[in-house]
Amino acid sequence: MLGLYTVILNHKLKLMTLTASSIGRKVAMALSGIFLVLFLTQHFSINLLSVFSESLFNEVSHFMGNNPLVQFVLQPVLIFGVLFHFIMGFILEFQNAKSRTVKYSNYKGSANASWMSRNMIYSGIVILSFLGLHFYDFWVPEMKYKYVEVLPLNPDRYFEELVHKFESPVRVGLYVLSFVFLSLHLLHGFSSSFQSVGVNNKYSKSIKTFTKAFSIIVPLGFVFIALFHHLNAF
Amino acid sequence: MNLTLKVWRQAHKNAKGKMETYQMKEVSPDMSFLEMMDVLNEQLMAEGIDPIAFDHDCREGICGMCSMFINGEAHGPDRLVTTCQLHMRKFKDGDTITIEPFRAKAFPVIKDLTVDRSAFDRVQQAGGFVSVNTSGNTQDANAIPIDKHDADKAFDAATCIGCGACVATCKNASAMLFVSAKVSQYALLPQGKVEATDRVLNMVKQMDEEGFGNCTNTGACEVECPKGISLENIARMNREYLSASLKG
Repeated sequence: MLGLYTVILNHKLKLMTLTASSIGRKVAMALSGIFLVLFLTQHFSINLLSVFSESLFNEVSHFMGNNPLVQFVLQPVLIFGVLFHFIMGFILEFQNAKSRTVKYSNYKGSANASWMSRNMIYSGIVILSFLGLHFYDFWVPEMKYKYVEVLPLNPDRYFEELVHKFESPVRVGLYVLSFVFLSLHLLHGFSSSFQSVGVNNKYSKSIKTFTKAFSIIVPLGFVFIALFHHLNAF
Repeated sequence: MNLTLKVWRQAHKNAKGKMETYQMKEVSPDMSFLEMMDVLNEQLMAEGIDPIAFDHDCREGICGMCSMFINGEAHGPDRLVTTCQLHMRKFKDGDTITIEPFRAKAFPVIKDLTVDRSAFDRVQQAGGFVSVNTSGNTQDANAIPIDKHDADKAFDAATCIGCGACVATCKNASAMLFVSAKVSQYALLPQGKVEATDRVLNMVKQMDEEGFGNCTNTGACEVECPKGISLENIARMNREYLSASLKG
């Protein structure tokens, strides 16, 4: 028993040392980013169904909205992942700002690094603002519907709600802008997360190519879905 | 060439510095940047002004002493060269050139353009070595067969001259490229594997304690490194560190 306790304590100490180090934080940031990319892919796939089939979209959305595993395990994990990624991003930014107290009078950042890689915090803040709006717009009413007002289950309401959301040109405009910044964030972040976890080998070129394709196609797809429903509403 | 130079002047570590403007006439395009600085200092001394302090030693791109941030880039606009290898032909007649010290909290300014880079020495002392038994039965390093691919990679990492351009260039003042080069050069060789776990843990711990920033993979360090040290080394160090942390 004492041996088991020592092993657990030893592993706990190792994990604490790991997360307290700059490399540990970088790896944690990368892993949470990869997790969010996986979620984004799943979200995109479901949203895309709304373009092709109203009934299929309703069916999948109803499953996602009422399956206990999705609701009570995956959803909290997702919320934790989102919060962790953002909080860690702000912590890293704060620490990095402290590492150069006197700034250069002439700093040519564009000479050696992409705009995306140098401005992850700004693209991240835009995405965070969008997520705030998205939570207010979608998650809060959804939680109210299901758990506060406890309204009867209606498997056919999702498509109608989605179309209704994209009626407002202002909301669609904000949506498009946010996905432009998401694209910029992914263009650096996706392939960078592989470098952070130690992958830099013969596959790196393919990872960078896939990153470019994914970072353009997926946000563009989200924009297409929004515009499709917005224009169809008239 | 006639040039306008804007140079950081700071009397000592705790003094408040500022940019001073100097005019230079008839600068030869064949001069190295440091030779141009020498001429400027002679000009300043003739005018009774304190000459500009700057680091230099070998003046052939080996020692890593010269450490100027020229026109917004470490070692200036040229690639794969140190400041001593930068020539005035890279500039045009009438140019204004800004010259600043390498800036990072871990590299405090000593005077003008000289900075204290002893943080690198402390990182190196924390694990950047191989302990050798000198009792007389030490194996000849050349007698140990090493894969050519690994030997080449280790050599590439070992070409790091510790100039600090990676830190100066990185928007976060991160020292990951330097530390990863030092970790990699040993990690790839059989002689370095014995102390591999302690080495990476201790060097990264020291790097963090020195106040360098976090790496965000912008890749600026690789572009500005005068020796072309690759980001591949950072990925290798991340792997080494993860594996060492879990092994303990």
